[in-house]
This record gives sequence, structure tokens and C-alpha cells, in this order.
Amino acid sequence: MDLTYTAEEEAFRTRLRDWLAASLPTLPPAPSPDDWPGRRAYDTAWQRMLYDAGYGEVHWDAAPTRRLIFLEETERAGAPYVGANFVGLLHAGPTIAAEGTAEQRQRWLPPILRGDEIWCQGFSEPDAGSDLASLRTKAVRDGDSYIVTGSKIWTSHAEVADWCELLVRTGPGTPKHRGISWLAMPMDAPGITVRPLRTLAGSAEFAEVFLDEVRVPVANRIGEENDGWRVTMVTLSFERGTAFVGEVVACRRTLGELAAAARGNSRWDDPALRRRLGRLHAEFGALWRLIQWNVSESQATGGVPGVGGSVFKLRYSHARQELYEAAADVLGPDSLDLSRAWTPERLSSLSYTIAAGTSQIQQNIIAERILGLPKGP
Amino acid sequence: MDFRLTSEQRALRAGVREVLSRLLPEDPVPGGPGPGDPVPAPRLDRALWRELGRAGFFSLRLDEKEGGAGGGLPEAVLVFEEAGRVLLPGPLVATHLAAGSVEGAAAGETVVTRVDGVLVPWLDAADQVLGDATGAVPLRSVDPLTPLHRVPRPASAAEGTHDGVAALLTAAEQLGSAACATDRAVRHATQREQFGRPVGGFQAVKHLCAQMLVRTELARSAVYAAAVTGDRTEIAGAKLLADDAAVRNARDCVQVHGGMGFTWEAGVHLHLKRAWVRAQLWPTAGEAADIQAEALAALP
Repeated sequence: MDLTYTAEEEAFRTRLRDWLAASLPTLPPAPSPDDWPGRRAYDTAWQRMLYDAGYGEVHWDAAPTRRLIFLEETERAGAPYVGANFVGLLHAGPTIAAEGTAEQRQRWLPPILRGDEIWCQGFSEPDAGSDLASLRTKAVRDGDSYIVTGSKIWTSHAEVADWCELLVRTGPGTPKHRGISWLAMPMDAPGITVRPLRTLAGSAEFAEVFLDEVRVPVANRIGEENDGWRVTMVTLSFERGTAFVGEVVACRRTLGELAAAARGNSRWDDPALRRRLGRLHAEFGALWRLIQWNVSESQATGGVPGVGGSVFKLRYSHARQELYEAAADVLGPDSLDLSRAWTPERLSSLSYTIAAGTSQIQQNIIAERILGLPKGP
Repeated sequence: MDFRLTSEQRALRAGVREVLSRLLPEDPVPGGPGPGDPVPAPRLDRALWRELGRAGFFSLRLDEKEGGAGGGLPEAVLVFEEAGRVLLPGPLVATHLAAGSVEGAAAGETVVTRVDGVLVPWLDAADQVLGDATGAVPLRSVDPLTPLHRVPRPASAAEGTHDGVAALLTAAEQLGSAACATDRAVRHATQREQFGRPVGGFQAVKHLCAQMLVRTELARSAVYAAAVTGDRTEIAGAKLLADDAAVRNARDCVQVHGGMGFTWEAGVHLHLKRAWVRAQLWPTAGEAADIQAEALAALP
């Protein structure tokens, strides 16, 4: 049990802290949350700054402790989060790094790291959400291409993405988990139609994507044909295991701001509210320790996060909702004003127990894969 | 940074588990008393206490010069987690704290208890009490394995009884209890069949078990980290989460056992009752939340 960072890691922290202090003031003002082209430009520019300073690859660093330091320091400094680069940096990138050929890594990884290209996720379908392996979008081989037909849903940033990590059915006659392949699909290919969906939070980051005989080169397949489910499990382990890590740091900062706001408007005098915030402080502190535990475990087992990510994701997503409910109690009637801080976050927090596998699915995963209980029907 | 247990710590945990399985019966109150029989009063087993002393439970953190093992809080936490897992009876935390200052405590020859808030466990069995137990009156203890007294006024922090180490080790016992409740619920859900299949195949039961594991793992991260940092606020948070895990896991374990869980036969009620006792020791959930809130207010 060792929670100390080495002198080398602390030197990395100091260097990063100095760079952030010098660089953040040069960033342009952040665009409005609904301006997706603006957000793409802003987020990719930030990624480019990180890349030029040598921090582009930090999310995939062979030393995960550096990743933790990076997240601690960027959050402390109030730096932008990955934003529009989310899928590329945290899902597709790590998956291609782990499962792609040398040529594929060369083709896709540098543009992700430089912020030149952004990705979206084409996993879920209208009839295949939690039962992801039931997906029906089909890909038929035609020479050195797949012809892809079907539709995807809940695709964040689809309108502004360059690439899509796409799951397709390549083995129609085989058992449902065995006939799936993982493709990198260019979003400018003919036959793709994107229809934005408005979320309950009011934003239009979601889209439905219709695919009508879209031609995708066979060379864009990551992993073997019909072995896409295994590759997908790698992607999902990153999604659940490490993709939310930075947000825990952000939640801890928000909690501090909430306490300050409560002291400012005398809500702090309510002992029940004070204790609620104190309890959340304990929870987010423990969630950060759980991340350090999971990172230590994954470091020992070769870098791909284990099912421990489900334990973290399940508790974190609910704690996040409790945090913004507490924020609403601090704000009182102002919590009904969409222009106030924390109100948009309160709305968007509802997605966390659904996205990346609902809480109910996470509980099945924990019960079956960690505790060894029998599989359900 | 490598938060995992070192190989020495894993060996310590395995060794302690082996010693405890040898010293303690599988079921601390076998089958329980018969219908209508009084529940037997708990008695401290002096021979067991000396065995624990010989095995190093009390001297663990003393220097090797003083006959100890030179262990730190992380090692102590692992040992107390195992004690919590098997519901080891007796004022374990108080005697451990007294080793090095009270003659005979380290060896398990002297039984030491302490005033914790308004509660004093094992007062009649103890040779020595830390804190002021004047006017203590016995309670009919809800935990059949822990006799309790209550003192008229709470010990003040100035008397040194609000000890972060005691809170941390109590949290470690709660963690062990929470983990044991999870194991027992999973074992029962795997063996017990209804509607022609193991009840653990039903989502409603599965989800109870999954939440038990989540509470245990969150508490484990908090307790282990607090043992490494020794930070008072972090210890309070660890106690809060470990109390929560122990109490709620024991409740859920009773639920997973169904009707059998509500009898003495299953024995899981003993984890719930002990968890309730430990949850009343300092800091209680409210006190721990206050300490955390203070830390939050002090942030820059």
C-alpha cells in the first residue's frame, strides 16, 4: 500500500503545473454548450496545445500514475476536459493502440493525439442498447470493402466527427456475440445521414445515424472479422475503467464550490445539508482512492482496466447525481434557472447511470463476472 | 504509487486468517439458544486472549525492541479486517492501543477496554479501563457477543479517547464484516434453489449482492488509504463508509437468506448487531459527516 509519487512523477507534476499556468490564459473564450462546431474547434485546439507541449499521449501513458497526476493538475487549474475528443482519446484510441496493426496505429493514432481528427461511437442501435450484441447493422463483403446498412443511435458528436468506431454484423448466421466486427468508418462517406436528437438537458450532442450502403474498406477493420465482440470488450473496459477518472476530480472541485456558495447564502447553517455535503466529500474522496486502487491493479495486469471499472462506474454515476441534487438544495429556487451554474449539470447527470451500460447492467456484470453468480436468462 | 498490498502484507493477511480459523469456531453461537432458553451472557475467553497475544495481535505496531513486529497502520488494518470477518469477540482495539503502555496488554495477559463516547464494551471482563467509567450502568446489549455499559457523560476529546487510530481499526473491523456478509450472501444465493434454479440467478438477488460488493470495495479503498495517510479527516470518512457497508451489507445478507436469515440458525444477524455497536463508536455517521464538512469548508 503506497500512495506516494516518485520524485520523477513529482517533477512531471511541477512541469505540468507551470505549463498550465502559462498556457491557460492564452485559450480563447469557451463556446456555448450547444455550439458543436465551436466546441469541436475549441476542444481540438486545446488537444493541439497539449500535443505540442508533449502531453498529447498522456491518457495512454504506459505509467498510469502520470495520467492521474495529469488529471489532478488539469482539473486543479480549471483546464478544459477532453470534450469533443472524448471518444477518440478515451475509447477508440486506446482500443486501436491495443488491438490495431502497426499500419492502423500509424494511420489513426497521431491525428487523434494532435487533435486533427475526432471520433464518435457507433455501438448502440434503436433495438440494441443494453443488449448490445443484438445489433443488426449489417456489413456485407464486396471485394476489399464492406457495404454497411443499418442505423445507430445515441451517437454523441456525430455531426462534427471525422471517424466512427462502428460495430457491424459480419456473420449473420453465427451466434450473436460471434458475428460482430469493429470498423473505423469515415463520417464523410456517401450514404451517411445524421439526424440530431435533443436531450432532456436541452443540448443537441446526440444524433441518430442512418447508414445506407456505406462503403468501408476491409483494411479499416480492427481485429479479425467476427471477433469484434472481444475488441468491444476492450473498448468498454476503457470506457468504464478510466474514461470517468478526470470527472471525479472535477466533482471534488464542484463540492468545494458548493460549500463556499452555501456559506455565502446561509444554507450552510442547515446541519442536515452540511452533513449531506460532508458525506459526499467522503464518498468522492473514497472514489478517488478506488481509482488509485484500480489503476494499481491494471498496471500490474498489463494496462487494460478490469471489471473493477464496473464497481467504480456504478457508484460514481449515482454519487454524481446526488452531488447535483445537493447543488439544487444549495441554490433553492435559483436551481430552476437554466442560466445558473450547476443546473445544466444537474440535468446532464441523469445520463451517467444510463451511458456506458446502465446501472442495472453494471450490477449484472459485477454479480456474474466478479461474484460468480449464475447467468440470468 | 502502487496501492496494492505488498507480498509481505498479503502473507500477513493469509497468516492471520489461518490463526483465526484455528482459534475460533466457524459459528460463534452454534445454532443459538433453544426456543425459550435465555441467551447465554458473553464471557471473555482468557485463553483465546493470550493466544491472540502470542500471535502478535496486540504488539503488532510495537518496535521489535519492545517485542513487537514493527508494523504500521496498514498492517494493523489488515489484521483488524480479518478480526471483523470472523466476529472476534473482546475489546480488541482498546487492548491493542494499550500495548506498550499497560503492563501485560501486549501479551494478552491484561484485558484493557476503553470509554468510547458514552459506551464501554466489556467493562466487567476488563482488568483496566482507559477513560473515566465512573457511574457506568449496564445495557442489555443488542449484540449477544458484546456486553455494553453506558457512562453518564460522554468522554471529552481532551481525555484522549477520541483516538483516530481506534476509529480506523474499528472501521477495519466493519470492513471485514461487510466483506464476510457479501461472501455469505453470494454463497447462499449460489446454493439455495427456488423455482428450479439458484436464487442468485434472479436479477433482484444479484443486484443486492452487487451493491454489497460496491459498498465493500468503496469502504476498502477508504480504509486502506486512511491507514496509509493517517489523516484524521480521511479516517472519519473511512469510518463513515465502513459503518455504512457493514450495517447495510448485513441487512442485505439477512434479506438474501430469506426466512432463514431471520433466525439464529443462519448467524448473519450477529454481523448486523456487531455492526450496529461499532457504528455507535466514535465517530458516528453524523460526527464523521461533520468532520468531512469542516474539511470541505476549509478548502481554499
